[in-house]
Amino acid sequence: MKRQLPLMLVFLLGAFMIIQYFVPAQASLDAYEFILDWMIIIGIFAMALGIWSLMRVSWHKIKRRSHDWQYAALTLAGLFIMVLFGFEPIGGGLKSYLWLQFYEFVMVPVLATIFSLLAFFMASAAYRAFRARSLLAAVLLGSAMVLMFRVLPLGPLSDPINELAGWILVVPNLAAKRAILIGVGLGMVATSLKVILGIERSYLGRD
Amino acid sequence: MTFHERMITLDRRWIFLTLAVFVIIPFFLEFDIPVTVSKEVRDIYDFIEGLEAGDYILVGIDYDPNAMAELHPMSYAIIKQCFAKKLKVITLTLSQYGAGMAEQVVRDVADSTRIYHGFEPVYGEDYVFLGYRPYYAFVILGMGRDFRIPFPQDYYGTDLDSLPMMRGIRNYDQVECVIDMNGGTVADAWVSYGNGRYNVKLAFGLTGVMAADFYPFYQSGQIFGLMGGMKGAAEYEQLVDKPGPAKEAMKMQVFAHIVIIVFIGMANIGFFLGRRSRTKAGEVL
Repeated sequence: MKRQLPLMLVFLLGAFMIIQYFVPAQASLDAYEFILDWMIIIGIFAMALGIWSLMRVSWHKIKRRSHDWQYAALTLAGLFIMVLFGFEPIGGGLKSYLWLQFYEFVMVPVLATIFSLLAFFMASAAYRAFRARSLLAAVLLGSAMVLMFRVLPLGPLSDPINELAGWILVVPNLAAKRAILIGVGLGMVATSLKVILGIERSYLGRD
Repeated sequence: MTFHERMITLDRRWIFLTLAVFVIIPFFLEFDIPVTVSKEVRDIYDFIEGLEAGDYILVGIDYDPNAMAELHPMSYAIIKQCFAKKLKVITLTLSQYGAGMAEQVVRDVADSTRIYHGFEPVYGEDYVFLGYRPYYAFVILGMGRDFRIPFPQDYYGTDLDSLPMMRGIRNYDQVECVIDMNGGTVADAWVSYGNGRYNVKLAFGLTGVMAADFYPFYQSGQIFGLMGGMKGAAEYEQLVDKPGPAKEAMKMQVFAHIVIIVFIGMANIGFFLGRRSRTKAGEVL
C-alpha cells in the first residue's frame, strides 16, 4: 500500500491533467485551478523543508566544527538576519532600512562580483579551447570569431559581419537547437508517460 | 621553451591581468561605439510603439543581481518607453532576488519620467509591482486564470482590487504583451506555459549566453522579439534615444572582445607554428 497509493495518485492526477487540457468546460477549468492551488501549497511545503534542511546541515557542521564550519555559521547568520529585518513587527518589513542596506550593499555587489568573474574564466577557456585542431574545431572557431567580431565597430565591414552573424544564429544554430529541443520534448513526453503509467518509479525512493 | 610553446602555454593569470587592464582603461576614455540595431530588437520597440496610451503591458524582471549588468539597462529602457507612451505597466518578479531589482527600476524610471516628460506615473494608476512568488511555472499558469491567484496582494500588501489600474484586469487576455527580462530558466516556462497554454504575446531580454538558445522560438513566432546581452540592451537604448549604461558598457565589452580575439589568434598561431616545426622535425628524422 505504501507504494501503491502514490502510484495510484500519480496515475489519476497525471491522466486527469492530460484530459483536462483538451476539455474546455468550466468544470474542467475549475478543477484545474483547484489543482494549481494544491501545487502552490505543496511547493511552499517544499520550501519549508529546504529551509529546515539548510538549518540542520549548517547546525551539524557548526556543532562538529567540521571543515569550513565558519561558512555554515555565516549562512545561518545571513538567513536569520534577513528574516529578522524583513519581518514586519520586528525589523519593519520590506521598507526596513537595515534590510535594504543588506540587500543593496551586500547581496547585490556579492552576486554581481561572482558573476563578473566569469568573464575572466571565459577568456581563459576561449584561449585554451578555440584551436583549429580539426575541421570541426575550425568551424567552431570561425563561428565564435564572427560572433565576437559582431560587437566590434569595423566600419564598412560591420554590416556584412552582422549579416553573417545573424545567419549563423538563425540557420545552423537554430537547426541544431531545434533538433535538441524536439529531442528533449519527446524525451519529456516519454518520461512523463513512464511516470504516469508507473513504469518509472525511482521518485518513490528505495523502500 | 620555444616561442610557439610560450604562445600556447601562457599562464592564465596573464590573461586575467590583460583583460582587467583593458576593461578598466575604456572606463576613463570618452568615445562612442556605433551600434547596429538588429531586427529582433527592433520588433520589440515597434510593437510597444504601436500600442495606445492606456494599454496594459506586463514586464517581468526575472533576474538576480548577478545578471543586472546586462539586463538592468534593458528593463530601464523598456519601462522608460512604456511610461513615455503612457502605457499601464504591471511588473513582477519570478526570481528570488529580483524584487529589489524590480523596485529599483520602477522607482528610478518613475522619477526620471517626471523630469524628462513632465508627468509622474502614479503607483496603482499607471503602474503596479506585484512582487515575487516562488515556483514560477505555477505562477505563470495561475496568472493565466487570474492575477489574483498567485498575487492576491501587490508587493506592498495592498489588495489588487483596491488598485485602480488592476480593477478591470483579470488575466493575460487584458494584457497586450509580456516582456520578460530573464537571466535563468524562467524564460522556458514563459514559452511553455505563457505562450503555449495561454497564447501570450511574448518577448525576451536575455543574457548574452542565453540568447542563442531562444532563436528557434523567435523564428517560430512564439516570441515576437529578442534582446540579447549588453549589445541588445545598447540597441534598445539607441532606439528609445536614451543612451545609458549599456551603451557606456559597450566600450568595455568591445575592448574585452579584442583582448579575447588576440589571445585566441595568438594560441592558434602558436599551435600552427608548433605543428609545422614538428612536421619539419619528422621530415628530417
